[in-house]
Amino acid sequence: MLNYTLRRLGIAIPTLFVIVTAAFFLMRAAPGGPFDAEADLEPEVLENIRAAYDLDKPLVTQYWLFLSRAVKGDFGPSLVYKDFTVTELIAIGLPVSITVGLLAKLVALVLGGLGGIIAALRQNSLLDHTLMGLAMTGIALPAFVSAPIMALFFGLYLKLLPVAGWNDGAPANLVLPVVALALPQIAVIARLMRGGMLEVLRSNFVRTARSRGLRESSVVFRHVLPSALVPLVGYLGPALAGIMTGSLIVELIFNLPGVGRYFVQGALNRDYPLVMGVVIIYATFIILFNLLSDLAYAALDPRVRKSYR
Amino acid sequence: MAAVIECQGLNVRFRTDDGAVTAVSDLDFSLNPGECLGVVGESGSGKSQTFLAMFGLLAPNGSATGSIRYRGTELLNAPRGALDELRGNRLAMIFQDALSGLTPTMRVGEQMAEVLVRHQGLTRQQARARVIEALEVVRIADPERRYAAYPFEMSGGMRQRVMIAMATLCRPEVLVADEPTTALDVTVQAQVLRLLDGLKRHTGTSLVLITHDLGVVAGLCDRVLIMYAGRAVELGPVRDIFRRPAHPYTRALLRSMPGLGIDPAEDLPVIPGQPPDLEHLPPGCAFASRCAHVVETCRVTRPALLAVGADHARACHLPA
Repeated sequence: MLNYTLRRLGIAIPTLFVIVTAAFFLMRAAPGGPFDAEADLEPEVLENIRAAYDLDKPLVTQYWLFLSRAVKGDFGPSLVYKDFTVTELIAIGLPVSITVGLLAKLVALVLGGLGGIIAALRQNSLLDHTLMGLAMTGIALPAFVSAPIMALFFGLYLKLLPVAGWNDGAPANLVLPVVALALPQIAVIARLMRGGMLEVLRSNFVRTARSRGLRESSVVFRHVLPSALVPLVGYLGPALAGIMTGSLIVELIFNLPGVGRYFVQGALNRDYPLVMGVVIIYATFIILFNLLSDLAYAALDPRVRKSYR
Repeated sequence: MAAVIECQGLNVRFRTDDGAVTAVSDLDFSLNPGECLGVVGESGSGKSQTFLAMFGLLAPNGSATGSIRYRGTELLNAPRGALDELRGNRLAMIFQDALSGLTPTMRVGEQMAEVLVRHQGLTRQQARARVIEALEVVRIADPERRYAAYPFEMSGGMRQRVMIAMATLCRPEVLVADEPTTALDVTVQAQVLRLLDGLKRHTGTSLVLITHDLGVVAGLCDRVLIMYAGRAVELGPVRDIFRRPAHPYTRALLRSMPGLGIDPAEDLPVIPGQPPDLEHLPPGCAFASRCAHVVETCRVTRPALLAVGADHARACHLPA
C-alpha cells in the first residue's frame, strides 16, 4: 500500500512536467500578448517592458528560466496585476477558494449522501420521488441562477445574510456562496449514492445479512455502504480538484477574492506566469485527488487493496 | 410431540407488470423437532419462496398470506424487530449461492462474530473465540488466520462451510438449507452434506433441506415434501415415498433419476411438457397437462392433500 502510494507519487512528477511543458508552449502559440490591451505604447517602451519580463529572449530560454524558477516555487511576477507575484496572488486566493469549496463539498456529501441512502431504502416511495425530483431540479439549476436569487431573497429581502463579500471568511459571508456551490453537488451526490445503494441492496449478501437478524442500521452501514460508496468515490476524486475552478461563477457573483477568476482572466490577458501558476496548482490537485480516490477504493474494497502491490 | 414449525394455508404472490404470479398456493406442512424434512421440486415450484416468506425475505413485490408459526409465534408479516430476534438466532438459513452470500468488504470472522454480538450479547473478543471454534467444527484449516480473511480469499467450498458455521453459531432450533450444494463441485458436496447430517445428529436441530436432488433426500431426510407449481403434491416418510410413491409426479421424478450404468441420452425418461404458467394456473390439478393418467376430474377440480397411509399424504384424484 505504501509502495503503491510512493510509486504513484513518483509517476506524478513526470506527469506534471509534461502538463507544464504543454501548457507553456500552447500558451505562447496563442496569438496576442500580455500588453495588447495597453493604450498605444511607443515601440521602444514596449521593447523595454518585454525585456524586463524576459519576453525578448528565445522561447527555449524563457522555458528554461521558467522551469528553474518554478521548481523553487517562484512563478514570477504577474504581467497584469502589477506589483504582485503569481505566488502571492495564489497565496491570497487559494485559501478563499479552498475554504468555500471544501465547505460546499462537505455540505454536499452529508446532505447528498444521506438523501441518497434514504431514497434508496425507500425506493419508489413518495419520499424517494420527492428527493429525486429535488435532485433533478438541483442539477438543472445553475449557480448563476440560484446564487442571485438567494442573494436577493436572504440578503436584500429578509436581510438575514450579507449579499456579497469575503469579510475575512466570516461565517455569515460564507453561507450563501457555500450553499450556491453545494446545491448542484448535493443533487449529483444524492443520485450517485442512491444508485450505488440500490445496486448493492439487490445483492445476495444483503439478503443473507438480513437472514441473520442483524439490525437494519448494521446492514446498511456495515454491509451495504462500503460497496455502495464506490461510484461516489470515482466522482469525488476529480470533483474535489474542481474546488479551484468550479467556484469561478460563485466567486464572481459573491465577489470573493478566490483564484477562480485567474483561470479565465489570466488566459484572456495572456498573463503567462499567472496561467502557468494556476495550471500547475490545478494539475497537482487533479493528480493528488485521483490518487486519494484510488486509495479510497482500496480502503473500501479488500480486493482492490490486494491488487495494489 | 409439538411441531417446531407449523405452516398453514400459505400463499405467496408476486405483483409483476403482467399481473399477479402465484408462487405458492395453499401450502400446509409441519416440521417436527430433530427431524430432517426434504423439500423437493423443480425450479419455480415455490420451495425456496416458501422459506424466504418464513424468514421475511421475499422480494419487495412479493406478499405472503396464511400462517407460518415457530412454536406458536407467527412469523408471516411479523414486525421487523420481533423477526430479527428469531432469525439468525433460533431460525437460521443457508442459501444456495455461497459464493455471493458473504459480504465482500468484511472479514469473514467479523461477519460471523457480528451474529453472536447481536443475538447473545457477547463482546467482540468472546465472539472471536466462539467463531474460531465454529470454524474448526466445519474443518476450516488454520481458523485463526481464516478469521481475518476476506471472502474472495476463500474457495467456494470453504465459503459454504463458513455459511454453515455462521448459521449454526447460535445453535438454532431450525436450520433451512436451500440447495446448499448446488454451487459446489461433487467432492465438496459430500463434505457439506456430511456436515449437515452431523449437525442434525449432534445438536438436535430440525433441518429443512431444499433440493432437487432425490439422492440427497434419500441419504439425509426423514420426511419429504414434494412440490409442484407452488403446491404440495405428496408428503410422507422418505421410505414410503421412495418405495410407494403415491403421486404420478413423484413417480415420474423417481423414474427420471439418473443411476449408474445408464446412458442419460438414451434411457433417462423425461417428464413431457412444461410446468404450468404461474400467472394462469389451471383450475384443476397443476400436473394434469403432463400426467400420463389424467382423467376429466383432474382438469376441473383441484385435488386436496389426503392421507394414503400413516403420515403419508398426496394430492391426486386417481385411485391409490
